[in-house]
Amino acid sequence: MKYPLMQHAEEIRAASGRSLNEITLETLASLSPEDLQIHANTLRAQAEIAHRAGYSQLAANLMRAAELTIVPNEEILKMYEMLRPERASFEKLMELAAYLETTYHAVETAQLVREAAQVYRERELLRR
Amino acid sequence: MPPSRRFDILSKRDVNKETFIKPFPEAGLMVTDSPADPQPSLRIEGGQVIELDGKLRSEFDAIDQFIALHGLDLSVAEEAVATPSQQLARMLVDINVPRAEILRLTVGCTPAKMVEIVRHMTVLEMMMGLAKMRVRRTPANQAHVTNWRENPALLAADAAEAALRGFAEVETTVRVARFAPLNALAILVGTQTGRGGVLTQCAVEESLGLRLAMKGLTTYAETLSVYGTERTFVDGDDTPWSKAFLASAYASRGVKIRCTSGTGSEALMGQSQGCSMLYLEARCLLVIRGIGSQGVQNGSISCIALPEALPGGVRIVLAENLLATLLGLEVASGNDAISSHSDMRKTAKLMMQFIPGTDFICSGYSAVPREDNLFGGGNFDASEFDDWNVLQRDMQIDGGMRPISEGDALAVRRKAARAVQALYQEVGFPPITNEEVEAAVVAHGSHDMPERNPILDLEAADKFLTSDVTLLTVARVLQQSGFEEVARNILEMGRQRLTGDYLQPAAIFDRDFHVLSGINDLNDYEGPGTGYRPENERWEEIQRLPQEQSPHEFIKDHIGTPSDRLVELGPAERGSQQEVVVGIGPAFGTALNYTIGGFSHEDVLTAILTGIAHEGLVARVVKVYHSSDCAAIGYVAAHLSGSGIGIGIQSRGTTVIHKRGLAMLSNLELFSQSPSLTLDNYEQIGRNAALYARGLSPIPVAVKIDSGARLRLIVKTTLLHRRETEEVQHDKLPVEVRFDWEPDL
Repeated sequence: MKYPLMQHAEEIRAASGRSLNEITLETLASLSPEDLQIHANTLRAQAEIAHRAGYSQLAANLMRAAELTIVPNEEILKMYEMLRPERASFEKLMELAAYLETTYHAVETAQLVREAAQVYRERELLRR
Repeated sequence: MPPSRRFDILSKRDVNKETFIKPFPEAGLMVTDSPADPQPSLRIEGGQVIELDGKLRSEFDAIDQFIALHGLDLSVAEEAVATPSQQLARMLVDINVPRAEILRLTVGCTPAKMVEIVRHMTVLEMMMGLAKMRVRRTPANQAHVTNWRENPALLAADAAEAALRGFAEVETTVRVARFAPLNALAILVGTQTGRGGVLTQCAVEESLGLRLAMKGLTTYAETLSVYGTERTFVDGDDTPWSKAFLASAYASRGVKIRCTSGTGSEALMGQSQGCSMLYLEARCLLVIRGIGSQGVQNGSISCIALPEALPGGVRIVLAENLLATLLGLEVASGNDAISSHSDMRKTAKLMMQFIPGTDFICSGYSAVPREDNLFGGGNFDASEFDDWNVLQRDMQIDGGMRPISEGDALAVRRKAARAVQALYQEVGFPPITNEEVEAAVVAHGSHDMPERNPILDLEAADKFLTSDVTLLTVARVLQQSGFEEVARNILEMGRQRLTGDYLQPAAIFDRDFHVLSGINDLNDYEGPGTGYRPENERWEEIQRLPQEQSPHEFIKDHIGTPSDRLVELGPAERGSQQEVVVGIGPAFGTALNYTIGGFSHEDVLTAILTGIAHEGLVARVVKVYHSSDCAAIGYVAAHLSGSGIGIGIQSRGTTVIHKRGLAMLSNLELFSQSPSLTLDNYEQIGRNAALYARGLSPIPVAVKIDSGARLRLIVKTTLLHRRETEEVQHDKLPVEVRFDWEPDL
């Protein structure tokens, strides 16, 4: 799809599966919060656009974001908290990585967490 | 020795309220090239960085590791580091080298290499580089909207006005953290009332910020702070990995992020490790790129007074903006926190970003009064909107703002305050009274607002944060309350979130809700005649200040009905008596009737003739048609005068006493400061002319010097002179005029 994706509104779906074209003032009363949540595929399409334009790190971020779309808000907040310095042990971080991979198929994010665990261990940034 | 009066005055200047210190590298108080800064180096083996800026893999701290793993584009890194830095610096100012060609290499530069590139560059060269390297073609600006009382009606009204004034982003924050959801809500409603498509954020602690984004209350987050030393990073309670996760978390909710860094923070937090500010900032920028942030807010930000206390500080702050663009990062380029006591110094610093243009010239122009700015900001504030608009008009530069009328401002302020009032009522928040709405419409700041009960507001804020009220609820309530357009814009922000279009670098929305970013509005500057410049409608808009006047209307107060006391008699002859001839300009008393000082021509002539009569001489009045020039009029008057003394007076009031035999541009006395002349002065001019005619040497007439007169009146002077010149008839000889006046002696 060509940027901006808004040009292809008919092909864009919310995380709920509802088509972007069906999200209007007229349908407002029937919409749910999931109807305004971005779909993982849309993030992957934007990652592809970023990658082609030379923004490879931004593209990688959007790919991780695509993985995280299905992770509930409260879990996201907890995961972030665990990654902050001196919050988690090496084992807990490795468990988190495994959990991300098995529960949400979040391979790239899991890789980031594993990498963090290694560096935190070297740099003494793990829970004491 | 008695003290110097001049040094006393200098010591009281605003600029001398600043602190200036000598560099102290051990404390990180050195803007660049500290002895502890490493030389650039890079070694890659088997796809792994094994040496970075003089450090071996085993010596890497967490930041080095992150840069090695994510920040550098390894495919070009060796080539980039091997390219002479001066060559890279020259490519930046060479209009024949396009942005993409430079970017290809600079994304492989190590932090020390980046510092080495700008070491070769003056501020002018860096500005050239910034103009070429910034991401978005169209420059923009960001506003801060906060208020000390955290009043929702005022927040909404100020956000609406900021949106109307052209800001592409509006950032708010809190005095009391628990207010965050209500403040985010108020500026969302406010901005979408002023102009659909303005992006909003609420700067709070990271987890809370993420919660607000998840509720759809914000569209971007900017305060993902990044630091250049591991210790500072950890003191900031994050690591590059936690920040990278946070960036992905925001994006997973369709929210744009921009990191914050900037020189001085590491020194301020006592963890600079003796490195220079710019080197540490270069490390930050590589981390920021590695995280996958689409951009950065840098340019020292809240620490700005620290680099400015040091030699070369402003240059290095510009360098950090430039370095960010060398990594393809969107830049919101500071100019937010107060940088100086001196307006002259502040403005000079602003020009570093204003002239080249950046993605956001201010990472927060205070669209509220300084005292209401909860960021501790307000380098430029709501009292200086017009100054900014004038700078844009002066230089034909798009600074991301536009002039608006008072009526339009009041209309959007009222609509926004009412919308938020309706929302509070329907959602069950503590009511916003009509009195508050009306106060918010006309307010300049918190001082103009009635007090609210913060305890009730905070209770509502707590409940709101954990409730299931989201952007959808807000849109629905506004639709039902009759704010259809605001509801549509808020829903459109939600729809845009579904496309992810504004997650791309430097994304903003234009007035038609079209996204503009580094993907579809890529900076294409390649020298004169290329790139963005305000043209056509945008240039028209920048020009049309509400305070701009029509030149045709400008001199209407100086036009009256032609004087019937001045009657033309016939060709003027040379006199033989002891007289003074008063030469008047071609528009005097006819096309024009009042001097620039506002005196009627009849009164001026009366004053001059009274002065002449007081010294016992007669006067004749002669109208000069062939010239509108003051010297020429006086010259002719002197030639026609029996005594050889003449007075020349233009319609705008400029007067000369002339003498036959002097060169035209010479004179006995010249009164070029016509706005300062009083009727007493004109009478004194008449007296002196008569005394010269009697062969005496009077004391020249003393006229007050007004150094501001030319500044105030040059346009009017020009237009009055033009009107007089229109009456010139080159072939027409001077005409004798009778002035109906009797000396009152």
